[in-house]
Amino acid sequence: MTSKISVKNVFKIFGEKPGRALEMLKSGQSKNDIFEATGQTIGVQNAAFDVKEGQIFVVMGLSGSGKSTLVRMLNGLIRPTSGEILIDGDDVASCSPAKLREIRRQKIAMVFQHFALFPHRTIAENAAYGLKVKGVSSDERREQALIALEQVGLSSWADSLPADLSGGMQQRVGLARALATDPQVLLMDEPFGALDPLIRKEMQEELLVLQRTLKKTIVFITHDLNEALMLGDRIAIMKDGEIVQVGSAQDIVSQPANDYVAAFVADIDRGRVFTAATVATDALPMQLTGDTAGDAVKAMEEQNRSAVYVLDGEDIAGVVTYQQAAAADRESGTADVPLADVLITDFPTADRDTQLADLYAPASSGLPIAMTDADNRLIGVIEPEAVFAQLSADPATPDAEPQAEAVAEERELAPTP
Amino acid sequence: MSPSDFLIIPFDDWVNFLVRDWLVPNFRPFFRAMQVPISVVLNGLDDFLAFVPMVVTTLVFALLAFKYAGRGMAIFTLVGFAFIDMIGLWPETMTTLSMILTSVLFCTIIGVPVGILAARNDLTWKIARPVLDIMQTIPSFVYLVPIVMLFGVGMAPGIIATIIFALPPIIRLTNLGIRNVRTDLIEASTAFGSTPMQMLFELQLPLAMRTILAGLNQTLMLALSMVVITALIGAGGLGLTVNTGLGRLDVGGATAGGVGIVILAIVLDRITQGLGEQKRLETTSLRQTLVSLFKPGAPAPAQAGKAA
Repeated sequence: MTSKISVKNVFKIFGEKPGRALEMLKSGQSKNDIFEATGQTIGVQNAAFDVKEGQIFVVMGLSGSGKSTLVRMLNGLIRPTSGEILIDGDDVASCSPAKLREIRRQKIAMVFQHFALFPHRTIAENAAYGLKVKGVSSDERREQALIALEQVGLSSWADSLPADLSGGMQQRVGLARALATDPQVLLMDEPFGALDPLIRKEMQEELLVLQRTLKKTIVFITHDLNEALMLGDRIAIMKDGEIVQVGSAQDIVSQPANDYVAAFVADIDRGRVFTAATVATDALPMQLTGDTAGDAVKAMEEQNRSAVYVLDGEDIAGVVTYQQAAAADRESGTADVPLADVLITDFPTADRDTQLADLYAPASSGLPIAMTDADNRLIGVIEPEAVFAQLSADPATPDAEPQAEAVAEERELAPTP
Repeated sequence: MSPSDFLIIPFDDWVNFLVRDWLVPNFRPFFRAMQVPISVVLNGLDDFLAFVPMVVTTLVFALLAFKYAGRGMAIFTLVGFAFIDMIGLWPETMTTLSMILTSVLFCTIIGVPVGILAARNDLTWKIARPVLDIMQTIPSFVYLVPIVMLFGVGMAPGIIATIIFALPPIIRLTNLGIRNVRTDLIEASTAFGSTPMQMLFELQLPLAMRTILAGLNQTLMLALSMVVITALIGAGGLGLTVNTGLGRLDVGGATAGGVGIVILAIVLDRITQGLGEQKRLETTSLRQTLVSLFKPGAPAPAQAGKAA
């Protein structure tokens, strides 16, 4: 996978005379000092990240953090004050208006927070807008628009006007309009921010389903951390125009770069972020034919486990608990007890990507959960305690409120994931 | 003790010099040439309206009124135009109508592009704004004299005076309409790679159309209000009837001309307002129409119809 979008040292300063503000910023002065001294507002400072092809890259931040400015610089709606923004190697930050128009027509489409549908055009005409601008013939663009509307489930509304549709449906049209030109990059500026929670959830899931087949490179802006964690392959967290951390959802939750990020992630549902793989340990299984209950007891004592999985060749035969194996071993005296006698064949399983939230019920059985691969082979076990330990793990001081000064200082000290 | 004790500025002499001794001798042919397109359009329209029988013209206007302003207005048009014909002012009314239509046509041809330019370029708007303010506030009698000196007397100079007076609203409202197009729509249009022209025709003009039509309506009304004044410099029509009545202290004649202007104004106003509303209303009763005509601040019948 190659980098589709590459953002390097991008600054955006709003105002008449950005030069001096840029110098002050580079010499390390704060946003407020610069505003007082020069009247210039810092939009984005020193943003740098790469987005790989086919990835969903989420930029998360509160309002005023510069995330909308950042995404608008990616398609040149706002030109950066300095820095490079490469899309397939073309610098959007400095190219000519004609080249920029070409990139917008061919490569990048955008979905807007408040839908921005054209009220005087029908749904089909709205969806076909990008094609019309490109000069596609009217029959062909209607056909393509209908295909795009089909993808979002609105083809029957093709000849209605936007005002006839609900918010969620309007945003589907916004998405269809963006998809109709078959762009490689999709910019989504808080697309679900104006929708009510149930519809938002539904749209998020639909986006993920669509993405599985479309494999677009998506830059998604949101102020909702849960949305970011759910959708993002990689997540950038912004504050005051700066990107404070870039990483996967698990990186950000398990190793927040500073107090600001830590305070954000403090309230999120860790069970939805972490997967089975993060809490699994080596299985160290016994063999059904070779080993006895006595061997199992010994092994469990050595490893300090309460149960162990038993394989029959390559397949999982079942699980043996310490209690049962030890009791059987004691009762039989000197005779060897075959493992088959104490085997529990009804055991919980999970795969690598199962969310912890879905392991609560299996974990409550008290047995370790078998983590299996696609061929149903045992690749690890998950102790119930490990699930709950991961859920309660508290990487940062719980009472830390994000404070500008503290964050700025700690940025230097923060461990990089 | 006042500034005039120290310095007397011969402002009127300067203006006299500028107009009489410089503009008129040097540019008269240029100004004469300028009125050629106006004369061509005006004469064409005038001949056409004089040629079409009264009944046909009335029916066409009644149909337009029916389509854009409702049934009540259609009936009003029929009755009103018949009344004008019966008081013997039909030819004068058609002359006035052709003058109004010519003025509005040229106002649109000049005003819409200027308005678009002003909306897209802040500098243009900064220059245009004070010019428009002057055009609207300067008393029209002031520029009648230089117009006569430069263009002569007659219908075409009258139309030029009308254009100066009636042009500002359509420029202002075109500018306003385009500037008021939601910024997120502009952003969306840009994000899909529209050229400035595509944006203008796909997005800005269609969305500004209501406002532009409101400007057209205002321009039309201002043009009508110039009818009597332009008659002073030789434009004919109902304005002349009023002026003649005034000169001879003929109350009846002046009133007849005035009533003709009012009827024409109401019909044209309601039709152009209906254009701006862009929705058809099947039924508006004559009573409602008349009530709305005489109630100050009442909505046009096109709006009142559904609510009532």
